[in-house]
Amino acid sequence: MENTIDRDHGKQMLYQMMLIRRFEEKAAELYTQTKIRGFLHLYVGEEAVAVGVMQALKTDDNILSTYREHGHALARGVDPGRIMAEMYGKQEGCSRGRGGSMHLFDAGKKFFGGNAIVGGHLPVAVGVALAAKKQKAARLTCCFFGEGAAAEGEFHESMNLAMLWEVPLLFVCENNLYAMGTALRYSHSLPQIELKGSAYGMESMAVNGMDVLAVEEAAIRAAEKIRSTGKPFLLVCNTYRFRAHSMFDAELYRNKAEVEEWKKQDPITALQNLLLEQGSLDAAAISELESTVETAVQKAVGFAEAGSWEPVEDLTRFVYSEPQNS
Amino acid sequence: MANENNTISITYREAIKQALRDALRADERVFLMGEDVGRYGGAFAVSKGLLEEFGPDRIMDTPLSESGFVGAGIGAAIAGMRPVVEVMTVNFSLLAMDQIVNNAATLLHMSGGQVNVPVVIRMNSGLGRQLAAQHSHSWESFYAHIPGLKVLSAGTHEDARGMLLAALKEPDPVVIFEYTAMLNLEGKIPAGAGIVEIQKAAIRREGKDISIITYGPGVYKSLEAANELAKLGIDAEVVDLRVLRPLDESCFLQSVRKTHRALVVEEAWRSVSISAEISSRIMEQAFYELDAPVHRLCGVEVPMPYPKHLEDISVPQAGDIVNMIKKILQHD
Repeated sequence: MENTIDRDHGKQMLYQMMLIRRFEEKAAELYTQTKIRGFLHLYVGEEAVAVGVMQALKTDDNILSTYREHGHALARGVDPGRIMAEMYGKQEGCSRGRGGSMHLFDAGKKFFGGNAIVGGHLPVAVGVALAAKKQKAARLTCCFFGEGAAAEGEFHESMNLAMLWEVPLLFVCENNLYAMGTALRYSHSLPQIELKGSAYGMESMAVNGMDVLAVEEAAIRAAEKIRSTGKPFLLVCNTYRFRAHSMFDAELYRNKAEVEEWKKQDPITALQNLLLEQGSLDAAAISELESTVETAVQKAVGFAEAGSWEPVEDLTRFVYSEPQNS
Repeated sequence: MANENNTISITYREAIKQALRDALRADERVFLMGEDVGRYGGAFAVSKGLLEEFGPDRIMDTPLSESGFVGAGIGAAIAGMRPVVEVMTVNFSLLAMDQIVNNAATLLHMSGGQVNVPVVIRMNSGLGRQLAAQHSHSWESFYAHIPGLKVLSAGTHEDARGMLLAALKEPDPVVIFEYTAMLNLEGKIPAGAGIVEIQKAAIRREGKDISIITYGPGVYKSLEAANELAKLGIDAEVVDLRVLRPLDESCFLQSVRKTHRALVVEEAWRSVSISAEISSRIMEQAFYELDAPVHRLCGVEVPMPYPKHLEDISVPQAGDIVNMIKKILQHD
């Protein structure tokens, strides 16, 4: 990183990335203790994407995400305690415990999942953006997905519809090189995902997804383009997940040396070093941040532990709207 | 209302169009989207003229991207619009089944009640125009299987006129089945016909000897059969299920408790079908009321053939219903 960065802003982004990292590590630990069950997909290594992109979004903008969405939810400001409680399956969770790790929702934060059919939320994002256009609202919609989703028909249909209808939609492709265990080179005839924008006449760019400042800058530029033209934009963030696909993954498809090589680009270390070099932070400030993060994560775990189970009599609630929803 | 007792004659197609026009006029959030709904006038000419009246923002032609535009309808619905999405035929809807089943039907639940999806999805179902094995099926049961969806079957002109208006008032996704074979059929509806309720099944003809339980095109065929049977002194009751999910079981159970016999009629394939569900519920809840086993008349289990004579015998016709009921009542 050659940039300089405002001290407080840098510290804020560093805090968010550190919170995501520590939250995910804690989640892995709680998974081994069987406090969290089901699938658990960790975001470790990819923090710069969520935190960088979120800098370009306003509170009124909509977000749709994938099943690897804890980082997006945290960066959006969804309460960490409610996220952790959701992963515990407690009714204090952000989806009342009905969704779990893959289905975090917070309508108040305009955070619409947590979607676990790869590519399935892209058409929905087009529709959310279409509604904003019809309502003549200035809202932008941001849709996160992985490079695996770019092989789905729904990606191509959504790219076409978004551009054809000129809706204010930011497509953010988190290219972490592996669709579960299948490498990019085995799943895409054209591995530069950003080039797929041109098939639809959509502006696109690729950015180093390990560099939060680069992601932030690109996302702000993309968002400004969308807000001024009303047209969609494809932003590809090239990144890497340091941990396995899910807790069930033995990682037979990639070697340790590759993982270690990518870890040298750790986005948190990179931002820390920049802030240290430019004299914005010192070692003491960083350890203070670490302890703030630790406290926040402990508080989230405490909240989840203290949460309650939904009564079994409520099993069939939320299949259809209850009268107050109608 | 002065003219409430007056009836007008109308085709099934025109009834749907009038409902669409009413809905578009009543609520600015409503828009129609689908393949060829605008400039072409609708694949079955249901929306002809609406583009001129409402403009391209409200009558949106979509590319051939069923999953894409059905998903977009779902997204627009959660963001405050009231989309009516037309999928040309139930066969094409399978391309959008991911969106309907994995998204529309689950978002409310997965979000713990935060995100409801007020989308209406209309599709044509059934045979009748020699459209062969990729345009002619009755797959209401696929959708009726899914918790979270409301599934309606417009078996009468009044329902074609009114179900859409009611569906647009629902907070949750509604799938409406319309029938290709009925589009040109003339029927009588009250001059002031409009919205109908969409919670209950309906008795279309009262009778005391046997309950014919059906939906969709089965309704007019069963009424035709009942008229024939009346000439033989058999008084058949015709139950139109209307709402295939959630089922109004009290209506057909009450009917069976009165007539003590049941014949379930549908054009869909017999195995794992709506008629299987109806039959099972009668066994579970009205077994001791029965004077005869529950019988079923269903579609023959074959992909729909093209030639008319084979298409005709692939589904139950009024004559088949008459013959089956004579057998059940040992009237031969």
